[in-house]
Amino acid sequence: MITGFTALYIFMITAFAGFEIISRVPVILHTPLMSGSNFVHGIVLVGAMVALAQARGPLEVSVAFAGVVMAAGNAVGGYAVTERMLEMFKSREKQQKVRQ
Amino acid sequence: MNFVVEASYFIATLLLILGLKRMSSPRTARSGIVWAGGGMVLATLATFFYPVQAYSLHPGSVGEGFSGQRLLLILLAIAVGGIPAWWSGRKVAITDMPQMVAIYNGLGGGAAAAIAAVELYSGHAYTDSLAVPVIAVAGAFIGTVAFGGSAVAFLKLQGWMRSPRFLGRQIVNSILLAVALLLGVCSIFPASSSILKIPEFWVVTLFFPACLVAGILITLPIGGADMPVIISTYNACIGLAVGFEGFVMRNPAMIILGTVVGAAGTLLTVLMARAMNRSFSQVWLSEFGDVEAAAVGDGVARTMQVMEVSDAAATMAYSEQVIIVPGYGLAVAQAQHKLWDFVQLLQKKGVKVRFAIHPVAGRMPGHMSVLMAEAGVPYDLIFDLEEINADFATTDVALVIGANDVVNPAARNDKSSPIYGMPILNADQAKQVLVIKRGAGAGFSGVQNELFFGPNTHMVFGDAQEVINKMIQSLREM
Repeated sequence: MITGFTALYIFMITAFAGFEIISRVPVILHTPLMSGSNFVHGIVLVGAMVALAQARGPLEVSVAFAGVVMAAGNAVGGYAVTERMLEMFKSREKQQKVRQ
Repeated sequence: MNFVVEASYFIATLLLILGLKRMSSPRTARSGIVWAGGGMVLATLATFFYPVQAYSLHPGSVGEGFSGQRLLLILLAIAVGGIPAWWSGRKVAITDMPQMVAIYNGLGGGAAAAIAAVELYSGHAYTDSLAVPVIAVAGAFIGTVAFGGSAVAFLKLQGWMRSPRFLGRQIVNSILLAVALLLGVCSIFPASSSILKIPEFWVVTLFFPACLVAGILITLPIGGADMPVIISTYNACIGLAVGFEGFVMRNPAMIILGTVVGAAGTLLTVLMARAMNRSFSQVWLSEFGDVEAAAVGDGVARTMQVMEVSDAAATMAYSEQVIIVPGYGLAVAQAQHKLWDFVQLLQKKGVKVRFAIHPVAGRMPGHMSVLMAEAGVPYDLIFDLEEINADFATTDVALVIGANDVVNPAARNDKSSPIYGMPILNADQAKQVLVIKRGAGAGFSGVQNELFFGPNTHMVFGDAQEVINKMIQSLREM
């Protein structure tokens, strides 16, 4: 498993990758991209599900349950909003094709 | 972890990163979210096959894999969280999207904190090296503060909360943060609870509310205009928190994706703050509001020139070039569709119409572009600040609709102005400036605008939707 300095190296490389991935983003996509990256950290759902599966006793179960509820809200809501924002870019391309 | 689960996580992570990459270019943006969505579904499904030490609610029964009872509980939780989120995400008006991003974002922070809480309560976090509890607590701290802050950002953008400031708030905030950090450090070393003379359980239990209140109080005094930077910062923070909890849960997908969002979100925050000419410390110490009171005092005595709606329409119909500067007021009035109808009528009369979009027009950078896209305005009519700013001087009419700070010349001339130095659209250099505005008051940020008193400026007061409707009528009658 990932430990010690290996984890640090992964952390460093991933951080650079994160900068690189969005470094050339035009201003018109700032809001959709913020929403999109918000959706991506919805991956926390995976961890919350495992935490709920492993939880012992009512306290841990209820905290983990709340965790899964919140994580699902993050992932699902993030997708719904981002998809709607980007849907408009698609329709605009179509319109342009029609006009051409 | 078995091979199928590991492979699924790997593919899911790849899909999510590629999706994010595709979202950063207009041509591929739409497919990007679909790729990312596919990755998320794959990761979620794979997790049901995750080999866990499963416990049922009845003590004593232990097995490999998810127990049936927990499976139901997980599905229930996903439904409870997911269905309202889906419904609200679909229903919300485009203008209200920033606050929805804030709240969904905050939920992610809450989830990261919940994971940390479970790991700390169960003692899982303490079994390995010291690094695990340290990272668990760090992630919980960041996630919970961001959760509280995002909730405040939501309430403010929704208009349900003002920006209260109380004396000595910085001292109170510092004390609260110190308490939260102390409780955090004690949570890392369970043995230290004997020094504090409170049970270990309560150290962890008090740690979370302390972080939450700190997050709320830090965000409380920050003005609505600075909220995009705040939301973006919290987005990056929560990404980091997710990455940290991924380390605790030994889940590489969470580590990689959380860190990517942390880095990408930081870059986005910097880009936004730069576009608004605000520095991090200014935003976070909420300095904006303290200066604005002084700035509003000037210029109140002077008068604005007012123009009738029909005259404004005629002025534009008989000019050669018009540049439209849309602002948030346009979106609030839901007038972007009508505006595009009006522009098409102008185009039929042979007027060259272009849109000048300021990077921070709307409530978030790029927000106005989304609103224009929704109305069906084509790309080739929309211009960036750098692309169009030189053209204002040769333009007959600049039509400013519901925009304020982004065309305020004080940003160029007035060193005492709180927005001094911010790049603005030079609408004031057009031969004639028409401003559609609800009333004569100052804008969202509370800064008075010199442009409205300019010799070549005429104000058209009224709701943007009504004014544009009337202008369409007068154009048709011409």
